[in-house]
Amino acid sequence: MAENKLIDVNNLKTYFHTEEGTVKAVDGVSFEIYPGETLGVVGESGCGKSVTSLSIMRLIESPPGKIEEGEILFNGKDLTKLSQGQMRKIRGNDISMIFQEPMTSLNPVYTVGDQIMEAILIHKNVNKKQAREEAINMLRKVGIPLPEQRVDEYPHQLSGGMRQRIMIAMALSCDPQLLIADEPTTALDVTIQAQILELMNSLKAQFGMAIMMITHDLGVIAEVSDRVAVMYAGKIVEYTDVKTLYADPKHPYTWGLMHSIPHIEKDLDRLEAIPGNVPNPLDFPDGCKYNTRCPFATDKCRVDEPDIEEVEEGHYSACWHVDKLEAKKSEEKGA
Amino acid sequence: MAVEQERLLEIKNLRKYFPVKEGVFRKTVAHVKAVDDISFYIKKGETLGLVGESGCGKSTAGRTILRLLEATEGEIWFEGKNLLSLDKKELREMRKEMQIIFQDPYASLNPRMTVADIVGEPIDIHNLASSKKERNEKVADILDTVGLGPEYMKRYPHEFSGGQRQRIGVARALAVDPTLIIADEPVSALDVSIQAQVINLLQDLQKDFVLTYLFIAHDLSVVKHISDRVAVMYLGKLVELADKKELFDDPKHPYTQSLLSAIPVADPTYEKERIILEGDVPSPVDPPSGCRFHPRCPYAMDVCSEKEPEFKDYGDEHFAACHLLEQE
Amino acid sequence: MEWQEVTLRLFKNKISLIGLILVIGFGLIAVFAPWIAPPADPSEPYMVPRAGWGFEPKPPSAEHIFGTAEGQYDIFYGIIWGTRTAFRIGFIIVGISTLIGIAIGTLAGFYGGWFDEIVMRVTDIFMAIPFLIAAIVLTTILGQGLRNVMIALITFGWMNTARLMRSQVLSIKEEEFVMAADALGAGDVRIIFKHVILNTIFPLVIEASMRMGSMVITASTLSFLGIGAPEGYADWGQMISFARNWILGGQGNAIQYWFTVVIPGSAITLFCLSWNLIGDAFRDILDPKLQ
Repeated sequence: MAENKLIDVNNLKTYFHTEEGTVKAVDGVSFEIYPGETLGVVGESGCGKSVTSLSIMRLIESPPGKIEEGEILFNGKDLTKLSQGQMRKIRGNDISMIFQEPMTSLNPVYTVGDQIMEAILIHKNVNKKQAREEAINMLRKVGIPLPEQRVDEYPHQLSGGMRQRIMIAMALSCDPQLLIADEPTTALDVTIQAQILELMNSLKAQFGMAIMMITHDLGVIAEVSDRVAVMYAGKIVEYTDVKTLYADPKHPYTWGLMHSIPHIEKDLDRLEAIPGNVPNPLDFPDGCKYNTRCPFATDKCRVDEPDIEEVEEGHYSACWHVDKLEAKKSEEKGA
Repeated sequence: MAVEQERLLEIKNLRKYFPVKEGVFRKTVAHVKAVDDISFYIKKGETLGLVGESGCGKSTAGRTILRLLEATEGEIWFEGKNLLSLDKKELREMRKEMQIIFQDPYASLNPRMTVADIVGEPIDIHNLASSKKERNEKVADILDTVGLGPEYMKRYPHEFSGGQRQRIGVARALAVDPTLIIADEPVSALDVSIQAQVINLLQDLQKDFVLTYLFIAHDLSVVKHISDRVAVMYLGKLVELADKKELFDDPKHPYTQSLLSAIPVADPTYEKERIILEGDVPSPVDPPSGCRFHPRCPYAMDVCSEKEPEFKDYGDEHFAACHLLEQE
Repeated sequence: MEWQEVTLRLFKNKISLIGLILVIGFGLIAVFAPWIAPPADPSEPYMVPRAGWGFEPKPPSAEHIFGTAEGQYDIFYGIIWGTRTAFRIGFIIVGISTLIGIAIGTLAGFYGGWFDEIVMRVTDIFMAIPFLIAAIVLTTILGQGLRNVMIALITFGWMNTARLMRSQVLSIKEEEFVMAADALGAGDVRIIFKHVILNTIFPLVIEASMRMGSMVITASTLSFLGIGAPEGYADWGQMISFARNWILGGQGNAIQYWFTVVIPGSAITLFCLSWNLIGDAFRDILDPKLQ
């Protein structure tokens, strides 16, 4: 258990106070990211994964959102206590973020080069010529052919895959310690997605940075993550290393999710769908948020919300009846 | 002929071009060859999966087959009739036999209509009920089939989740008791846990109502799960078509191979050979010469940039279009 | 967003509440006009009674609350019954021109092609003609009278609605649920009425409520210029036209005859304002949801 945590989030609570009620988007989330590793954060819509990342970057629109409680320690400093001015020194510099839609994240009226240079000029003490050199360098590193020409092109002249590479170039231009990637490949074609994931892996090695990979795609998580946090309805319900998660999930949601997706390398007659709907953040159920859909739910689950606990070394789950899940898993193995 | 009768839908040399207009007088300067000469058939009761990435023309193909877009050329044979030769009245009749489910559950339902009206509209259009009461009974029936209770009939689409809206869309398609349903990316916009519900629903409905599906998707895992045969499109052309197991065990076309290897597998211990393609998917306005895939193909030869490969049967109705295969 | 919710929000919004109160106020005046200002001659209630034949307007007094205008027309009577005229003018002009605009805009947007081009160019031509001048010319040709004024304003008042409707139709046409209706076998008529128009109606409601006010102002302008309502007719514009000679006041006293201008002017202004407020409020209520 290394003490040099890059990011240490403790009991983060980010709520949105809207006309229709208070949305507890992130409700008591704790996790760590160590230098150089990839933490996968997986969950469906409304689970709070994006809000978590925006909270770390302090990009939550306030009002109506607010970090109600908790701390986000970055190299020991609590980001929730910094002013926006101090955060600006960190954003793009120590912690960078890339988003799902590269077209809307890039400014259409500036060249690609200008946008990469912007981050460099803000954070580094270099002149324009040097910044431009850096930008061309970055384009080369992210695999864009003829970078000296491309640097003067506009976003609309590039394809989706290229634009995502530009986003990555922008994010890495100042050599950040942490890259937050929020669904970076969801909008891309499969073959382009493969390119981008490979690029991110190689850059991670080159730059020695940590990645927080947020996605709903269990396949992507399996490919890139070292450790994984599974989120549901604003909370982390399971948290462990990637191999253990897939081989031995200890939360009914994770387990249900894995059973409900078609696997390219397996032949299934029928998918085991999780019944019910993803809960509405304005109207979360009482007790364990998953109880309305869980096959193992008991009365206790409908009243008491389980805390996340260590069920075996390095493996955390928030569930009252892990034993029931284990029993079902043995049953399946035996059958 | 027994074999011909089995074929519910047969497409021959279908093309759909979109003109690119420029200038004050809107002159046509080029064409987007969205669908460029594809031919295939679907047997009654089977599911043909149609996969490809963005710009390959799969959605356009689906809509052209239903004549929601007018084909530029080709033949569409459905239940023995060439759809392209039907007049408005006959086409309307045909609409009872073939329906479509759309990808976006938020855009495909009229926000100002109640569920009862949405699902009942096809019944009204084709006069399948003699009174409002009968129509509403039929609607309640169909909603029940897709797992929605009758209490939902008076509600509006915005009150439902994505998965529920998709079920409403399915109910609407079923209302006329069609034989063919074209499902255009029906689960892509849904949450993972809901996708399984809708996929299961579609499979159950196929069994109960003897439906034939053209299942269009970009997610190969989903396509593999639900299809009997699979067709792969690239830039307006069919590059491979085979029985599901055949295609996934023995992909013959280099594009299919790279597509399969690109899919992230939900298993961290899974080892596989990664074929990472270079470059981007080119634009259908100005497709590469010869074989459209040649600029990105790891096995490209000289002939590939000169001549288009023929879509041939390599045994057991495993079709592919590739010069490399022809040479072997 | 459904009608119930819209109505609820109309009442909650402060701006629209003021507008609503004003409009309802005017409406009540219009309805109860026969009681508030009993007509001298019941068969001709719109003819403003005269308290004599004097040329100079008399200031407000116990007998004539708002005073009398040139020719001793009772201003109070004119305002009260003028309210009815205002509503009539507004509803008829806005109602008919909106219907024309909807029809033209929908057909142009839906069918497109050369039909759309021709229709839009015709619309452009109509819009290029200065509105007031066109209305004056047409009224001059047709002759004086409120009915001709209304015809003129309808003839030159449908273009914005048509354009608005057309752009709405163009965007709704591309929505997937329209394609879905097509796939079901729905005919054009059904698609236009059930799917397209129902979804495009809200911006038109906003536009129409704004035009209520501006149409009344324009009609008043024409009346002021003498080509609208006949002399003595209970119409706000008419009332102001009586003030033509008295706007600058009498010898040395600029505001001596303020009541001839201010009172009818206020009526027109408030009427227009109230409809604008409602239109604004509609826009605030409907737009975010439309997004």
